[in-house]
Amino acid sequence: MKNRTKLPNIYLGIILFVIYLPIVLVVVYSFNESKISSVWGGFSLRWYETLFRDKDMFEALVNSIVLGLSSSLAAAIIGTLGAVGFTKITARTKNVVEYISMLPMMTPEIILGMVFMAFFSLLGLPFGMTTLIIGHTAFCIPYIYMLVKARLVGMDKSLPEAARDLGASETRVFFDITLPLIAPAIASGMLLSFAMSFDDVIISLFVTGVNVNTLPIKVYTSLKTGVTPEINALCTLMLAFTILVVTVSALLGRKKS
Amino acid sequence: MSDTILELDHIEKSFGGTSVLHGVSLSVQHGEFVTLLGPSGCGKTTTLRIIAGLETPDAGRVLLRGTDMTAAPPEKRDVNTVFQNYALFPHMTVAANIGYSLKLKKMPRTEIAAQVQQALELVQLDGFGTRMPAELSGGQRQRVAIARALVNRPSVLLLDEPLGALDLQLRRQMQLELKRLQKQLGLTFIYITHDQEEALNMSDRIAVMHEGRFEQVGTPAEVYDRPRTSFVARFVGTANIVKGQVLQNEEGILTVHTAGGQVPALCCNCGKGAGDGVTLAVRSEHVEFCTEGGIPATVKEKTFAGGMLRISLALENGDELVASRHGIDIALSAGEGVRVTWSAQNAVPVDTHTEAQV
Repeated sequence: MKNRTKLPNIYLGIILFVIYLPIVLVVVYSFNESKISSVWGGFSLRWYETLFRDKDMFEALVNSIVLGLSSSLAAAIIGTLGAVGFTKITARTKNVVEYISMLPMMTPEIILGMVFMAFFSLLGLPFGMTTLIIGHTAFCIPYIYMLVKARLVGMDKSLPEAARDLGASETRVFFDITLPLIAPAIASGMLLSFAMSFDDVIISLFVTGVNVNTLPIKVYTSLKTGVTPEINALCTLMLAFTILVVTVSALLGRKKS
Repeated sequence: MSDTILELDHIEKSFGGTSVLHGVSLSVQHGEFVTLLGPSGCGKTTTLRIIAGLETPDAGRVLLRGTDMTAAPPEKRDVNTVFQNYALFPHMTVAANIGYSLKLKKMPRTEIAAQVQQALELVQLDGFGTRMPAELSGGQRQRVAIARALVNRPSVLLLDEPLGALDLQLRRQMQLELKRLQKQLGLTFIYITHDQEEALNMSDRIAVMHEGRFEQVGTPAEVYDRPRTSFVARFVGTANIVKGQVLQNEEGILTVHTAGGQVPALCCNCGKGAGDGVTLAVRSEHVEFCTEGGIPATVKEKTFAGGMLRISLALENGDELVASRHGIDIALSAGEGVRVTWSAQNAVPVDTHTEAQV
């Protein structure tokens, strides 16, 4: 093993230093007794206590959960319909649909945010939870679409045919055969969507109303007055939650093979 | 015609400009075991899918029990299919797979359970109802697929190379079992295979397919002994093809001049007379060695396979002829000059017009 290159170690070092070290610091300092972030004053849970007493923070959390659930659910329905429809169209239109569906993923969020804002004010929609849900649904659709489509493409084409052959109508085939088989992909896509929605700042900033705060917006605005230990505690909780969601999503995705 | 259960009437089909079926017609009797035999890409699966309703023909009609079903969707046809890859629903138990069609018919639960149990016993999988398809072996999945298609008691059961994925021993066993099921239940089978031995073994009638056409439809004996075309002769039992010229036609017995000699051939109403060109099909086991007459040949090599000795012979015109004998060896060695012939009833004139490549 003499010839082994040092590149993987360098890569690992950079990743650990740039991404994981700051995360670890935030987690550690969330348990810091001292009010000044840079000074260690002993282990304490007092910032978690303050956090849980914070009414605005709690409201933002509820908003974020409602937003994440609604938009991932809406995206799941639309994205699944799109993916199922995709398997039934001709090859020439396929490319166009594929491109249109993927474009939102590649568009910079700041542009999506601006576009949504301009469009919603043009329509005269009141900014608030509704506009947030529409915006988040829009950027979540491609993830569901992509995962469900991959699953459908990999699905044995003779299964729906066998069901038809045994007497099932096209609708029955969808609910009896197709849906159960793509359910893990939908669930995994919904979890991913929820995670994306839950931590989105940019699009939310553009489309939210004056009185509606999501958790990430709350964090962002609080930071303007400096990093408080309370925010460290919040970030730690959000991090734990995200890790949980991503793990469950990955496990769901792996089950298919 | 009262017993005709399925009729294909000049079915044509093309995919993206490529013609796959050129006016295929077939009429199947109740309780018959009909095999579509042909090389891959000959259109046999497409024919089956058209019967099942999974493809729509460009022209022609599909009649089931005399009713035109050409436009009917698959779920409205009294026909079930055993798919090549079995197509078992992976998220349902064996019992749920088999009972699916009954559930769609809104049959009461207890009755479904009874019928599923009966179907499981029929394919000798008693006690496997609660397993998932992924927990079964290939042969067991095959049985589930058959049970699922049978439980509905369809007018016609379509089988698309159902034994293709099984090993030789299991194949033989399943061939017998399928034949037994078909007889026992009095079902009509339309069976696809590219294995001529399987077709000869199981079928009441064989339709030999080649490039989207039926080259010959007949009993195994007819197809084997009296091939109509050189393709059928070669594909079913690999016959020798010998080209020559008719010297005389004497009451149905031809004398044919070929490769520096003369051989006899049988001609029942083949309409050949002196001077006509003719192509003969001769099975290797019917090639005989003689001391005089016949055609001269040189022994090229001898190979022993499957209990038969194959002797490759080179004719004077460069063609190759294969003779076969039971036993391990014969008193001939490579390079030796011999004379070969056959009796008239073992040589049949065949059409060559469809022969492109074999």
